[in-house]
Amino acid sequence: MPQNPAIAALKDKFPDLAMSEFRGQTRVVVPRQAIYEFLAALKSQLDFDLLVDVSCVDYLYYRGAKDRFGLIYLLANTRTNERITVRAFVNDPEPAVPSVVSLWEGANWLEREVWDLFGIRFEGHPDLRRIVLPEQFTAHPLRKDYPLQGRGERHNFPVITRAQS
Amino acid sequence: MAVELPDNVVVTKFDKLVSWCRKNSLWPMPYATACCGIELMATGASRHDLARFGAEVFRFSPRQCDLMIVAGRVVMKMLPVLQRIWLQMHEPKWCISMGACASTGGVFDTYSVVQGIDRFLPVDMYVPGCPPRPEQLIQAIIDLQEKIQREGTALGREFDAPQRQRPPRALQEK
Repeated sequence: MPQNPAIAALKDKFPDLAMSEFRGQTRVVVPRQAIYEFLAALKSQLDFDLLVDVSCVDYLYYRGAKDRFGLIYLLANTRTNERITVRAFVNDPEPAVPSVVSLWEGANWLEREVWDLFGIRFEGHPDLRRIVLPEQFTAHPLRKDYPLQGRGERHNFPVITRAQS
Repeated sequence: MAVELPDNVVVTKFDKLVSWCRKNSLWPMPYATACCGIELMATGASRHDLARFGAEVFRFSPRQCDLMIVAGRVVMKMLPVLQRIWLQMHEPKWCISMGACASTGGVFDTYSVVQGIDRFLPVDMYVPGCPPRPEQLIQAIIDLQEKIQREGTALGREFDAPQRQRPPRALQEK
């Protein structure tokens, strides 16, 4: 891949990267402290101008997992059709990462979704609140310790009978 | 002595007349949230024409409708909206729960999908299917029309609880 030497050049600046490639897909694992600088370097030097998605995986019951949450940033270069996956692992008491809204505006709603469903706080986000669930919802449902059927929030509403209609 | 009536005079009960008028002019409020909404649109289109049965227009304002067809899954974020729309409809009003998701939650037994809107709203007809064929929805409208005629609306009898339900069984003599 033509960009690989450029990414490898970045390894000099960020010493703890773990880069791997599988069937043409490049994946970089970055330590949590360096995530913002690494993404900024990808955007400014390697022209990854499209943030495709921000997502998360909960490794609570995964055998051999060292950290609980794995954040995923999917980036794309619209001029050369390059794609790269950037991973960052965060842990449980107060999982937090710096927000990338200042780099890509589209991260606004993507990070709100990750906050809503996983509970990972994004520091520096202008408006971090729930986006897909109701405002009064208290839990973060896509975590592995939240039951699939919920804890009764879905049926906590007033009943309208025929007599009151 | 029988009274001779001319041909253009009809004698009937007021209730039957009013119910007949109401059942043949049910204007639906399409509350389509998901895939059943597509089948609802298909039922209103030209091949299976719902306007044949009096549902001439699909008014999207609840103030102008008397039949709410909830088509599709209802999530807990949408349920207060659904209840508000129901309360904004004028009396007499009926509700058809179309599809498996509106009736029971369907395949989505998750933290956010309400397992059946009849937990929170009074429903008159349930249409099974995922999605139900347009003919099934038309059958539900016809059954609702029979229910309206049977129970009567002029005296507000639909408020009696429990409602007298004598659904016609298929393949049996009426």
